Amino acid sequence: MLRVWWHVLRRDLLLALRRRADLASTLAFFVLVCALFPFGVGPEAGLLRTIAPGVLWVAALLASTLALGRLFAHDHADGTLEQLALSGTPLAVIVLAKVAAHWLVAGLPLVLLAPLLALQFGLSAEDALPLGLSLLLGTPALSLVGALGAALTLGARGGGILLSLLVLPLSVPVLIFGVGAAAGDMGEAGSTAIASLLLLGGLLGGALALGPWASAAALRIALE
Amino acid sequence: MFTTSTFAAGLPAGRPWLRYAAPQAFFPLAGKAIPWLLGAALLLAAFGLYLGLLAAPPDRVQGDAYRIIFVHVPVAWLSMLIYLAMAFWAAIGLVFNTRLSSMMASALAPSGALFTFLALWTGALWGRPTWGAWWVWDARLTSELLLLFLYLGFMALQAALDDPRRADRAGALLALAGVVNVPVIYFSVQWWNTLHQGATLSARGASMAPVMLQAMLVMTLALWAYAIAAVLQRLRGIVLKRERHTAWVQAYLKEIKETRHDLG
Repeated sequence: MLRVWWHVLRRDLLLALRRRADLASTLAFFVLVCALFPFGVGPEAGLLRTIAPGVLWVAALLASTLALGRLFAHDHADGTLEQLALSGTPLAVIVLAKVAAHWLVAGLPLVLLAPLLALQFGLSAEDALPLGLSLLLGTPALSLVGALGAALTLGARGGGILLSLLVLPLSVPVLIFGVGAAAGDMGEAGSTAIASLLLLGGLLGGALALGPWASAAALRIALE
Repeated sequence: MFTTSTFAAGLPAGRPWLRYAAPQAFFPLAGKAIPWLLGAALLLAAFGLYLGLLAAPPDRVQGDAYRIIFVHVPVAWLSMLIYLAMAFWAAIGLVFNTRLSSMMASALAPSGALFTFLALWTGALWGRPTWGAWWVWDARLTSELLLLFLYLGFMALQAALDDPRRADRAGALLALAGVVNVPVIYFSVQWWNTLHQGATLSARGASMAPVMLQAMLVMTLALWAYAIAAVLQRLRGIVLKRERHTAWVQAYLKEIKETRHDLG
């Protein structure tokens, strides 16, 4: 089973790397949205520093939601998804591999880029650390929750907008604790930031346990 | 047209009410229930509004502005209850593969969305004179707003999928994924420091005047009866649409066209 997981992950990474434009467009969208906010709210430094964690988190959420449409669509179009569903491996394992590939391609780059963009908003290096950590824990959770939305809307009319409409309400808890962890002070042991990070980790654990199973069920519904 | 004998053969002994799982059997039952439910809703609402607007005394702190509680609390309770009912029937439809259960979940969603919207709206109307704000981003309001988005997402997903059985199952999965939000709304005032007031009612008793409590409960029952009536009416429409290829629906529609001269 682990071998199948590894091979599906490798295959998805290979396919994603062959369409580098998709990766680049997700990153570019992230950077663009983050750049739009200073135009909207004005360049005042104090304000930008206050809104930075929220803006970066929302931009990461939107960018990874946009990338979710591709998660199952290509494989569904050429029939590979049906073969994966018919194989002996549990579909949840395959979903987990695909989500892992999606996160490595569309989530991890955002995590790595976020501290750079935080500098643009005037956040210091020590403020960027909790932000990076919260995104590191949060983006996999977003990918896992988003996989459920992608599986439910497979082949449906309404496209990306419907996917976003379904995924965004379910992602709000991750967003709330993610921003709480990013904006808080990491200093004292009992601070909000640490508590939010722990809760974020809990949400990630829950999403890891339940997400692939629910997405596999949704895929079977969509494949009938 | 629908005889007991045709169905009795397939039913488990001692559970004859399972025949109402068939859309054909439930359709006339719902039709008979709706007028009674609407009548009950009207009477209870009249009594509840009398109690709440006339009989109940003004609040010590808020004066007469608190009286919106007699609409706000019932619709808020119902918004959560309807989501739980929707998730329940969707789960039944998913597990037992019964069409009518999924149709019931689809019928519940618009009413639930309406009550959620009303809860947010009446809450805003109450918040303006008392808190000074139409809206605050506290835990209870935010999670109730999320509930509205969950209802809308459910309705959007079912509208986007052409195959009705796939729409039933996909919607069921979505509804079940979102059901965790309902306890969050309910317990949000305990878990977080919120501006929204805490629970006035608990198993140990109420911290409000008896006549206020009575008025609130009567209004809850009134709106509950109305909600069931609206949902059953919508369910009848969904049944007619989904089962339009069957003989009983075509006979029913033919009968309607013959007796109603303004149609057809």
